[in-house]
Amino acid sequence: MLNSSLKQLAGLLAGKQISSVELTQAFLKRIGELNPTLNAFITVDEGKSLAQAQAADALIAAGEAGPLTGIPVAQKDIFCAEGWLSTCGSKMLHNFVSPYDAHVIEQFNRAGAVNLGKTNMDEFAMGSSNETSYYGKVKNPWDVNAVPGGSSGGSAAAVAARLCPAATGTDTGGSIRQPAALTGISGIKPTYGVVSRYGMIAFASSLDQGGPMAKSAEDLALLMNVMAGFDPRDSTSLEREKEDYGRDLEQPLKGLRIGLPKEYFAEGLAADVAQAIEAALAEYRKLGAETVAVSLPNSKLAVPVYYVLAPAEASSNLARFDGVRYGYRAPEYTDLADMYSKSRAQGFGAEVKRRILIGTYVLSAGYYDAYYLKAQKLRRLIARDFTEAFAQCDVIMGPTTPTTAFNLGEKSDDPVSMYLSDIYTIAVNLAGLPGMSVPAGFGKDGRPVGLQIIGNYFSEAKMLNVAHQYQKATDWHLRMPPLHGEE
Amino acid sequence: MIPFYAYRFKVLRVNFMSLNLADVKRIAHLARIAVEEDEMPGYLQQLSNILGLVEEMQAVDTTGIEPMAHAQDVVLRLRDDVVTETDRHAAYQAVAPQVEAGLYLVPKVIE
Repeated sequence: MLNSSLKQLAGLLAGKQISSVELTQAFLKRIGELNPTLNAFITVDEGKSLAQAQAADALIAAGEAGPLTGIPVAQKDIFCAEGWLSTCGSKMLHNFVSPYDAHVIEQFNRAGAVNLGKTNMDEFAMGSSNETSYYGKVKNPWDVNAVPGGSSGGSAAAVAARLCPAATGTDTGGSIRQPAALTGISGIKPTYGVVSRYGMIAFASSLDQGGPMAKSAEDLALLMNVMAGFDPRDSTSLEREKEDYGRDLEQPLKGLRIGLPKEYFAEGLAADVAQAIEAALAEYRKLGAETVAVSLPNSKLAVPVYYVLAPAEASSNLARFDGVRYGYRAPEYTDLADMYSKSRAQGFGAEVKRRILIGTYVLSAGYYDAYYLKAQKLRRLIARDFTEAFAQCDVIMGPTTPTTAFNLGEKSDDPVSMYLSDIYTIAVNLAGLPGMSVPAGFGKDGRPVGLQIIGNYFSEAKMLNVAHQYQKATDWHLRMPPLHGEE
Repeated sequence: MIPFYAYRFKVLRVNFMSLNLADVKRIAHLARIAVEEDEMPGYLQQLSNILGLVEEMQAVDTTGIEPMAHAQDVVLRLRDDVVTETDRHAAYQAVAPQVEAGLYLVPKVIE
């Protein structure tokens, strides 16, 4: 059951071989056993989860079940869920019990899914290792000395350790794909605007996008069907026809043109990761695909541009945390200005403060043109690179990360070296394109390697097809880390 | 672990140190984040490193390139001028640090 697909679980529920309450209890039990080691969850609430499971069982009994009715799904703690503590990994929101649901949470509730709990994450989604969470580091289930990646590291670790059948994540610069790669699971960041940002605590609004994390592309398609959709409460939500993301899963790959950007296979890529990616590409050639060389000449600018734009947007978004309307307020202060600055100094962690300060600087008088506007112009050049590449290919592939998971503590003292672990994922957010990561073997240290698949705008169904065909031919996505609880 | 990039940026980090402690103080004030005197040098170093990382942008000619704010060129939607929100002030204020009679309380700003 731990390794069952969502479709198989739905089959068991429909056939009354198991109830949603039993299924939810089984995963809650596993969380109880393994979470003390992994720290993947910030909040677990058996009562709330089981009440939803009971309601789902009633729907199933009445013959009103949808594909995800009764399925437990873990929610990244960036999504506000009514009545649930929603911390975004920060002390700033340590006491914030959300009075409303994010659009994504509403969609899962409507589908009859069970909220299995809120997963750990880098504070305000700022990080690539899940070491910046106020609620402690998350461990990688494949090796507890390794980071799970970030910022959706709790969701990634929870899916990898089979603490939940599926989870949600958000991706601003790689926060779904990088942890998916480092923990050996599948994850997709949709085209910007496909999943509503309403109730998803904002980091960098022009880049943030929610998406699902699960064991397989087939599961991701079912989750996308629930998460995607127009929402007028998000000003950048796109008005598009509802689509079935699983419609093309079984299409053959004969004639598929896979673009390989030379910049993603250059110096800096670890040899063992390169080897695993080459093996995956060989598998695709066996499936009838052809590979073509493409170039993304402005790739090297993606990290610099991102570390201007994302902090700038963050400094604006996080101005709302002032200790007045919700969240942390400093216990002692002299006046209003002092209350603001002490509440923010005490409520935010080091990485968040660094990014707010950098963002404030690049937006300040005299520096705006040189940094912020310059970065926005370069953003267009980066996006154009992809448009030109997609004239020659259907999808782009490469490694998700330059190395397998690094060790806990290895980069936490050097922010800049941490930022560079996202060199292959960031450009996709800047361009607003969909990107995904699927498991593609292991490095020499036994830690997972992720294959990144980048698609053109709105080509999620195609990308899921491309990933699914690979997963039918390989079994990397079914490998489970050897975990035995209370180690 | 990333030899090529790390090397290149390290060179830039040494050359690029235009921020000073007064700048850090000014930025912290603008951001409304209290920074203690003994934290200043640490922030100065870290912020300078980040600016070193992004300095590479300046070498690219962007004459005539339109800035890109969003991935999709969306226009702001308008909606009918009707009431769409229900009154939920009690629920929203239940999570506030200090409220009284439906008002958020803050320290006195006018003597």
